[in-house]
Amino acid sequence: MKVINITKEFDSKFIEQVAKESGENPYLCYQCGNCTAGCPFTEFFDYPVSQIMRLLQQGQKETILRSKAIWLCATCETCTTRCPCQIDVAQIMDTLRVIARRENYVSEKEIKLFFDTFLESLKKHGRVFELGILLAYNLKSGKIFTDVDLGPKVLLKGKIHLLPTKIKGQEKVESIFRKLAERVSGNE
Amino acid sequence: MNNRRYAYYSGCSLESTAREYNESLKEVFRLLNIEIKEPEDWSCCGSSPAHTVDPLLACALGARNLALVEKMGLDVVIAPCPSCFTVLKRAHLKMKKDPEVRKKVNEVIDEPYNLKVSPKSALQILYEDVPPEKISEMVVYEIPELKVAPYYGCIVTRPPEVAEFDDAENPISMDRILESAGIEVCDFPFKTECCGAAFGIAKKEIVNRLSYKVIQMAKDSGANCIAVCCPLCQQNLDLRQGQINRLMGTNFQIPVLYFSQLLGLVFGISPKRLGIDKLVVDASWITRSMRKAEKKVGNKEKEPEAEEE
Repeated sequence: MKVINITKEFDSKFIEQVAKESGENPYLCYQCGNCTAGCPFTEFFDYPVSQIMRLLQQGQKETILRSKAIWLCATCETCTTRCPCQIDVAQIMDTLRVIARRENYVSEKEIKLFFDTFLESLKKHGRVFELGILLAYNLKSGKIFTDVDLGPKVLLKGKIHLLPTKIKGQEKVESIFRKLAERVSGNE
Repeated sequence: MNNRRYAYYSGCSLESTAREYNESLKEVFRLLNIEIKEPEDWSCCGSSPAHTVDPLLACALGARNLALVEKMGLDVVIAPCPSCFTVLKRAHLKMKKDPEVRKKVNEVIDEPYNLKVSPKSALQILYEDVPPEKISEMVVYEIPELKVAPYYGCIVTRPPEVAEFDDAENPISMDRILESAGIEVCDFPFKTECCGAAFGIAKKEIVNRLSYKVIQMAKDSGANCIAVCCPLCQQNLDLRQGQINRLMGTNFQIPVLYFSQLLGLVFGISPKRLGIDKLVVDASWITRSMRKAEKKVGNKEKEPEAEEE
């Protein structure tokens, strides 16, 4: 069993940062476990969501940002819907993932790669090009056979475009990404 | 007759892997006199990935499209894909609640969004804006062998503060719509369990295992068909059903149809136009077992008798 020394690793600024960025108060959690009970992903998590909440209250930045759970959360909103303290738990998980990405803690590289590939496609065309995402993901991940079994199914049914659709306002979409990136680098 | 005009944001999935959702919804809307218009040059909403990178990015990608709808002079936009719906609705609610967010977002999008649009799911439009009798009146076929598990997925009703529609734990809108169309639905305990969502490519096994539970429960509930309102749910349950069978040693052959396809079938629209042939798990037995409806669909049987008198 892993032992976490909570006094040694306590980081109060981290709690404040998460509270500010998520707009939620983590101290409201009284560990009822309702979120974990309903979480469809809990069997795949290293730390169940209620333990993430407890770790957060204890300022355990390293453990949280290194966890797989914050990447595996699918934002299904069950925890948020059922929290008796009205904490938007899924928002906190999302904020933790945003911080992890920013500070280069990536415990689930494939998930990050998929998200990045998706957003690259969006930026480049203004809409996402599904076949392009799959091919780019397979190349970059080195798992070149991901979902090849599905290829013939969607191709034969004419369900997937072979070429991307580029919208007229593509550069307007791209400028959203650019302006937000400038904002981040300007602030920090 | 209902003659409202709505903006219609189809979204990327409905242009490709979920094209049968797009085609069948448009057919159903046409029959119900629901007039829809697509915003010109709409862009992708950012779906799940955007909010995992930057909450402002997600908001801005949603708001750009809401601004396009605003320019059309329409106050409701239908977003059939729950992922698009939740992005658009969240962008709207966040900008409404927080003037600081509104300012920041409007600075990065080409045209400002002035909070005049209400995003709704296709399910919400058909449940709230179309009287159930209207749906019953359109029915020309019945499918007596069909027993449907109504599967809503995660976010069309969750969280309630965002969706502002139906019940988060036990939604009934799809049940009622299908019942109004004379389609039998079963009690389905996994209406809002998660299919694994957007992790199909990166974490296939997790998605397969979660989707397996949904299909198994549908089977255990006595269903021989699953009805969905989400492109991602449909893809995980239908396109990946073969993967599930290989992983779990099952032999599922359960067709997964968009609820709009089922409506279209009983409304008498040709299966071809509804994209029934686009489904991966064969659904041809459903179309084969269709037969002309005797006019008794809906909850009331009073009409024919009153006329005969």
